Amino acid sequence: MARALINVPPRVKRGEIFEIKTLMQHDMETGFRPDNMGRRIPRDIITDFICKYNGEEIFRAELHPAIAANPFFVFSTIATESGTLTFEWTGDNGFVASETAKITVE
Amino acid sequence: MTRAALVLVACIFWPLLGAPAQASEIPLTERKSGYELMGPDIRAMQDDDTTNPAMFWVLDGETFWKRKDGAADKTCADCHGDAAVSMKGVAARYPAFSPARGRPVNVEERVNMCRVEQQSAAPFAPESKELLALSAYIGRQSRGMPITVAEDEQTRRHIEAGRTAFHQRQGQLNLSCAQCHDDNWGQKLAGAPIPQGHATGYPIYRLEWQALGSLQRRLRNCLSGMRAVSYPLGAPEYVDLELFLMWRARGMPLETPAVRP
Repeated sequence: MARALINVPPRVKRGEIFEIKTLMQHDMETGFRPDNMGRRIPRDIITDFICKYNGEEIFRAELHPAIAANPFFVFSTIATESGTLTFEWTGDNGFVASETAKITVE
Repeated sequence: MTRAALVLVACIFWPLLGAPAQASEIPLTERKSGYELMGPDIRAMQDDDTTNPAMFWVLDGETFWKRKDGAADKTCADCHGDAAVSMKGVAARYPAFSPARGRPVNVEERVNMCRVEQQSAAPFAPESKELLALSAYIGRQSRGMPITVAEDEQTRRHIEAGRTAFHQRQGQLNLSCAQCHDDNWGQKLAGAPIPQGHATGYPIYRLEWQALGSLQRRLRNCLSGMRAVSYPLGAPEYVDLELFLMWRARGMPLETPAVRP
């Protein structure tokens, strides 16, 4: 299972804009590189990333072969209710990973 | 960068680099880590453990530290206990002299010695994920501690061998390490600042590699840029050079695992 590093402030004030940082462990093999025998290494990348805040989608990204290994996303949202942020990554070869983070809105 | 571009750059820099026969060493108080030459975005990446991609290797290293392995079915922790206690300060004094080998060994080689002798397992391949992960995990326990390699009758010969290699002109471009990293640090080579070449953060996550790599990988990188013949990974010549570089960075804080561009 790939590792993810999530940085979300544990507490924010209602109505405040807060920053979410996610870093996902993945080689993002482009499909264009040859191995040391000259054979092409097949593509193996993350293709989609979705973040939901209490079940509602707040951020989505499509990833392509030019994106570097260990994709890093920083985005922001408005604090509405206390609850859970869920993060989902899907990709080639059946890659699926998910992570959650709790947030308290005061 | 293409090879042709590198040669071109080397030609442009030639008059600049050609002048002093023996490079002068950087005074201790004027030493700067590569960190200080990086932009604020890459510094921020290194400073925060949730944005530093090298932490994936550190976390994997923690897993390997606690994993039973080899015919002896032992973990690293079975002998060494909590790495936060037993490995604190260790990476800051490596490469260290190994009486068994009769020469200095680096952290990677020390890990493999433990694997063979204590775990009865096959050594990890150089630059393998497991070896880098364990080295990063061990190195992380000494972050912020001053680099203090031993300078005594056993290591002095090897520090001197490393110093000679550092000042030795080599390769088709006939360059030495010192010509860039002692004499011309802070200037630009193909748009990138030349660092002083202090090995304070290894293994590093290099954005160009999109992965973690050892100091030896980085040294091979410079050597191929100089059109010089690289030693095979794990060669004692590299360890002498590593030892000299750590001696040259003595007293500077260890940054492992660092991020570099």
